Amino acid sequence: MNTVIKNKGVRRAVMLRSPIFILPAFICFVISFVIPFLLGLYLSFCKFNIPRDAHWVGFANYSAAFSDPGFWSAFGNSLMFMIASVVCINVPAFFIAYFLSEKINGVGLFRTAFFIPNLIGGVVLGYIWSMLFDGILNYFGTYLTASPVYGLWGIVILVAWQQIGYMMIIYIAGFKSVPTDMLEAAEVDGVTKAQKLFRIILPNMISTISVCIFLTLTNSLKMFDQNLALTGGAPIETLENGMQVKTTELLALNIYTTYNINANWHGAAQAKAVIFFLLTAILAGTQLYLTGRFGQKPKKRVRAKEGAAKQ
Amino acid sequence: MLKKSYIQLFWAMLVLSVSGCTAESTEGYVYYINFKPEADAMWQELAEKYTEQTGTQVKVVTAASGTYTDTLTVAMNKTMVPTLFVVNGVQSLANWEDYCYDLRDSKLTDDLESEDFCMYGKNGALEAIGYCYECYGLIVNKSLLKKSGHDISEINNFASLRSVAEDIHSRSGELGFDAFTSSGLDSSSSWRFSGHLAALPLFYEFGEAGICSQPAEITGKYLGLYRNVWDLYINNSAVLPTALNTATGNMAEEEFGSGKAVFYQNGSWEYNSLTNAETFAMNPDDLAMIPIYCGAEGEENAGLCSGTENYWAVNSKADQKSIDATIAFLDWVVTSEEGRKMMSDSFGATPFKDSLPFVNIFISDADRLREEGKYTVTWDFIYTPNTDTWRAGVVSALQSYSAGTEDWGKVENAFVNGWSYQYKTEHCILN
Repeated sequence: MNTVIKNKGVRRAVMLRSPIFILPAFICFVISFVIPFLLGLYLSFCKFNIPRDAHWVGFANYSAAFSDPGFWSAFGNSLMFMIASVVCINVPAFFIAYFLSEKINGVGLFRTAFFIPNLIGGVVLGYIWSMLFDGILNYFGTYLTASPVYGLWGIVILVAWQQIGYMMIIYIAGFKSVPTDMLEAAEVDGVTKAQKLFRIILPNMISTISVCIFLTLTNSLKMFDQNLALTGGAPIETLENGMQVKTTELLALNIYTTYNINANWHGAAQAKAVIFFLLTAILAGTQLYLTGRFGQKPKKRVRAKEGAAKQ
Repeated sequence: MLKKSYIQLFWAMLVLSVSGCTAESTEGYVYYINFKPEADAMWQELAEKYTEQTGTQVKVVTAASGTYTDTLTVAMNKTMVPTLFVVNGVQSLANWEDYCYDLRDSKLTDDLESEDFCMYGKNGALEAIGYCYECYGLIVNKSLLKKSGHDISEINNFASLRSVAEDIHSRSGELGFDAFTSSGLDSSSSWRFSGHLAALPLFYEFGEAGICSQPAEITGKYLGLYRNVWDLYINNSAVLPTALNTATGNMAEEEFGSGKAVFYQNGSWEYNSLTNAETFAMNPDDLAMIPIYCGAEGEENAGLCSGTENYWAVNSKADQKSIDATIAFLDWVVTSEEGRKMMSDSFGATPFKDSLPFVNIFISDADRLREEGKYTVTWDFIYTPNTDTWRAGVVSALQSYSAGTEDWGKVENAFVNGWSYQYKTEHCILN
């Protein structure tokens, strides 16, 4: 709710002093986000070892980034990983939350147990899971990085295990926000459990589902620690011309490894980072737009119904 | 009134920040980005002593393991730039070449006993000085070897090494120890094979072709020797080849230190850890280092692999006073009593005239073999283009080969074609 200050003198005083309150946060934002972002954008058009000695090279870095097969491989991997993780995290998280919203014994214990993996750091998880996977796979005479299939599914399993608990908490909050009068009315009308879930609960949880999908999408795109610690991009396929493709490398890790090739590749890594930013921004923007559209529909319907009832 | 105050505040902040940024030291300073975390305490102590004696400010910052390039890059971008840093090979020198001060006419050249460990750049500029040298080979537990009924004197080529190793491995159940430690391909261990072992085929190829600088391409003519040794390692150890990708450097060290294996490929830097009472407390008399015999012709005359990956470079972008202060500091480090003691205790063998004697059986073995007229296998892996990337490709191929999912051709491809591609990327031929 907006507060309108009607007295001109008070309004002027507030307007003059407001920078004092805004300034600290604004300075932090500029230092931490705006300056590094603009510097990064500028460096993506430069050749540099350290930013101070950068010199302009135009679009050469973007050309190098787009002609790197490792980048496209990582792009494809990220896309597959994003789809797999959205499904593998949200579907189990939704159903676990559904069951843990019921009045059953030990609900608190279960919720805590599912949430705990989210508190462990990505690198630690990566190393622990690599030992677990290899322990099992060695029994069958193979190992995690023997095939990209093992490696990529390994990351999906790890991330699902880590994030299901977090999404579960958001879904539980969503379940709690479903109007109880609506649920009770449905029960009185004799709906089945499936009808209750799909006809009443799900439509009321669109905004919660959108939040969870948005978080999973952006988390999947930003995935770095777990990728680095679990597979490091291996197995590496060396093509006949000697070029390397890291078959389980995701986009963020690809940017990091590109930067570390040598000083000539710092600019190309920066260009990849800018492309990565644009991709994330487009995806997040689209997702928010769609959420806004679909999220408003139930409200519109309710308003329309309310209007009809009044008439 | 308030607006005026804002403007005054703004100007005050601007003036303060600008004056802060442009403040320069009137005297030279020394600022060292140290590469070796294990030597940090000694460097800090030495820096303090030097400041006490001369009044010159000495700052030592040690990068955490594996973060040296990042630490150096960040430091180079600050107002107070490092005056002294470490380069560790041809690629590292190529990255920082524009920052290396030409040390040809400095006093440091007078302190050197040998210029074998110096790196030169364009126009013969002395860009980096190796400050210590090391050796690597096969570390042998002589006591276990004796228990198995063999003696170190019977090993003088690949055939004899294989015969002894296979005999020990075949009787490992009865003996209670195996021939080789695990050849782990985890990143904490894989450098022993993608770096050190890989130097052998490179050494013989470069020697035959008369190559003494980084080549654009290699033929891989002697990769068969590399395969000989690798097969010997993985087939005569207690760890299954399929489990090598998770086997670490610590595992191999522990296997050797606790008497579970006779042979351990590593270097002179392992001496302290193996003999220290608080770690493995091995008897120095039980230890020796022999060459990595791989089946090369005439290898009976091979010595140990000796060289260095640790070079000092003085930052040419620092102001002249600081450059002079840094050279004076280094001169003091290699000539003063305190400095020489620190260098000897921390790094063992150093190429300076006044270096103190030290105890390291492995370095002594290298010196003895050299005195006997055996040839030194040089560290030709320092020429590897884009070292980390190239090595990662070789390690991945070795993993597949060891697990039996790919043939040796994959290793050859990663080794030979990987080299030429990485050379092109390193020298901007591709982009």
